[in-house]
Amino acid sequence: MNAVAADFGPAPSLWKRRHLLDLESLSAPELLCVLDTAARFKQATNGCRSKLPVLTGKTTCNLFFENSTRTRTSFSLAARRLGADTVEFAASSSSLSKGETFIDTAKNIQAMNVDALVIRHVSPGTPHILSNNLQCSVINAGDGAHEHPTQGLLDIMTIREHRGSLEGLTVALVGDIAHSRTARSNIWGLKRLGAHVIVCGPATLVSRAWESFGVEVAYSLDEILPRCDVLNLLRVQFERQTTRPFPSVREYALLYAMNRERMARAKPNILIMAPGPINRGVEITPDVADGPQSVILDQVTNGLAVRMAVLWLVTSQGE
Amino acid sequence: MERLLIQNGRVIDPSQGLDRVADVLVEKGKIAGFDLKVSGDCQIIDASDCIVSPGLIDPHVELREPGCEEDETIETGTAAALAGGFTSIGCLPNSEPPIDTQAGVEFVRQKAARARNVNVYVVGCVSKNREGKELAEMGSLVEAGAVAFSDAPRPIHNTDLLRRAFEYSLMFKRPIFDRPEVLELTHGGVMHEGRTSLVLGLPGIPAAAEELAASRDLRLAEATGGRLHLVNISTTGAVELVRRAKARGVKVTASVGIANLVFTDERLRTFDSHYKVNPPLRSSDHVESLLAGLADGTIDVIASGHAPRAVEKKMRELDQAPFGMNLLEMTLALVNMHLVVPGLLDWPAAIARLSCNPARLLGIPKGTLRPGADADIAIINPQARWTVASRQLKSKSDNAPLCGVELLGRVEHVVVGGVLRF
Repeated sequence: MNAVAADFGPAPSLWKRRHLLDLESLSAPELLCVLDTAARFKQATNGCRSKLPVLTGKTTCNLFFENSTRTRTSFSLAARRLGADTVEFAASSSSLSKGETFIDTAKNIQAMNVDALVIRHVSPGTPHILSNNLQCSVINAGDGAHEHPTQGLLDIMTIREHRGSLEGLTVALVGDIAHSRTARSNIWGLKRLGAHVIVCGPATLVSRAWESFGVEVAYSLDEILPRCDVLNLLRVQFERQTTRPFPSVREYALLYAMNRERMARAKPNILIMAPGPINRGVEITPDVADGPQSVILDQVTNGLAVRMAVLWLVTSQGE
Repeated sequence: MERLLIQNGRVIDPSQGLDRVADVLVEKGKIAGFDLKVSGDCQIIDASDCIVSPGLIDPHVELREPGCEEDETIETGTAAALAGGFTSIGCLPNSEPPIDTQAGVEFVRQKAARARNVNVYVVGCVSKNREGKELAEMGSLVEAGAVAFSDAPRPIHNTDLLRRAFEYSLMFKRPIFDRPEVLELTHGGVMHEGRTSLVLGLPGIPAAAEELAASRDLRLAEATGGRLHLVNISTTGAVELVRRAKARGVKVTASVGIANLVFTDERLRTFDSHYKVNPPLRSSDHVESLLAGLADGTIDVIASGHAPRAVEKKMRELDQAPFGMNLLEMTLALVNMHLVVPGLLDWPAAIARLSCNPARLLGIPKGTLRPGADADIAIINPQARWTVASRQLKSKSDNAPLCGVELLGRVEHVVVGGVLRF
């Protein structure tokens, strides 16, 4: 380990987990531990630009059973910035098409001595099942509509950077809550850190049952808009919907798209976020996406910091 | 052995209101009587501290053969039934090909006879190839020995077909078993739709899907005079519908799978596909309703819900794994632990739902210890503890979620047709 890496110090003793599977099970101190670590990495790497080789000699594998560009790239870059070797595994180029089960696939990769598996899969719970079957660390990079913990963390990190604390903030998640893993990870993380969470969207995509978890359920963006400190505009997951949950994209945009007129009625310092990829003109108009209140690109940069922090924390256990 | 004497057991037979310590004599395959003087050669079983019950009967078990022998065969399935205290089972027609012809019925009956484990009664298909389009040849199926008709675990989706099935089956005085489910609402569903499915991001199976179908089934049974059996109901609304239909005099019976009585949807929080069953494990409010319906007689039958599936099929992602749980050998202990010990049902009431009522449903002269009846007997030690080990299970499939768990209540012996088989 070189001098810069040595200066970074050991992993915080508060963190005990070998896997990051969801945010639902994380305590507030654990969440803050990852967020603080991510902030330190961001600073120590000059805004995620330079290398900090704390994972030299380790190998991570991106095991993506579902298409992804930004999350996969972000995890790869994060691992490389930390000096780890990283390999890519795409389901289409694998033996999955030959009928192998995903557990066997993962066991094969582990047998090549991988330290951490970053997994994305269309089926909820797949990372949890793997964590019970493998010795290496498992990081959930999105499992169906269940959770996307690093996305939740990077969203929260971005809010923290701009507002200092989550305590007392009103954060609205807008759009396809039913099919959104990002929504679920945000809900658990935000609630645990003291924010008031609103889920807002068409009634076919926003279950009333969220109220039993202390989440406000709203169908009208215009009604809640003046109260919101942060809007996180979720992408409409056309690919996950078996039947169309609203009559037309046009009507969706009419009711839920964040546009210039709605911006005029929002708090002046509102933060506009989107987990991307964004459907310009559907959930967000270009002038808002590229406008002064948009922090969409900050989210992407913070994604690197969060993933560096997570890779380091989970692979530092048991050493 | 011509004669068998079961001594000192607590003999419980709800069919004749019997619950006392007695010696049961079995002669030439039949129940000879109680507390008779016995002289000469006789095999003796000591049943002290045990319950002596009419053999248990499950009216709808999946045996999977022919075609799905990786899950179960008639031999392994009937061996599992025997080890679970069952002496007669109804075999569902969801094999490949499905049991929709005389030859299919005869195949199952011959295989079962060769296995020499338990009595197997065939539930034939309602529709040809279980496709839900045209009626199967019910008359021929009855001729070959079928005792009921069902497309279960698939629902009878086509309402017109169901109507005709009710009418046609009246000719044979045989019931239609339907697994009530509106497919448009359950399509792609993995688990009960509720708080847990919301958190886990898994597609839900709403309670309304079962209730709508049950309501349709009951109305049609009422209109046609047909006999309806609702297979493994699982929701508050379905229990209430059956309760009201019975009060109106509709010819309906209902069963509940043991898994739906002892587990809730929270079990899926670990994403363990063993708990993926159909009907799905519901939330605790539905479980409460099922228990109440079981206690007041709305629900007639406790079934194992035995649906064996090969481990390689279950080792899939949760949304891709098949539905089903291996339960025949655990059902009795679960009834003891979750229904009898907490005082929800006493033993006579439990045995009525595990033996007498299912016998009536199948229209078979079983589920009784009356002198002259076939000697099908289960000897149960309610105090014995045992631990489920998958390798010791007789069933071919490993999809038993209770492996490693200690259960209370064990089947000690089983007599089928006067022969000590277990």
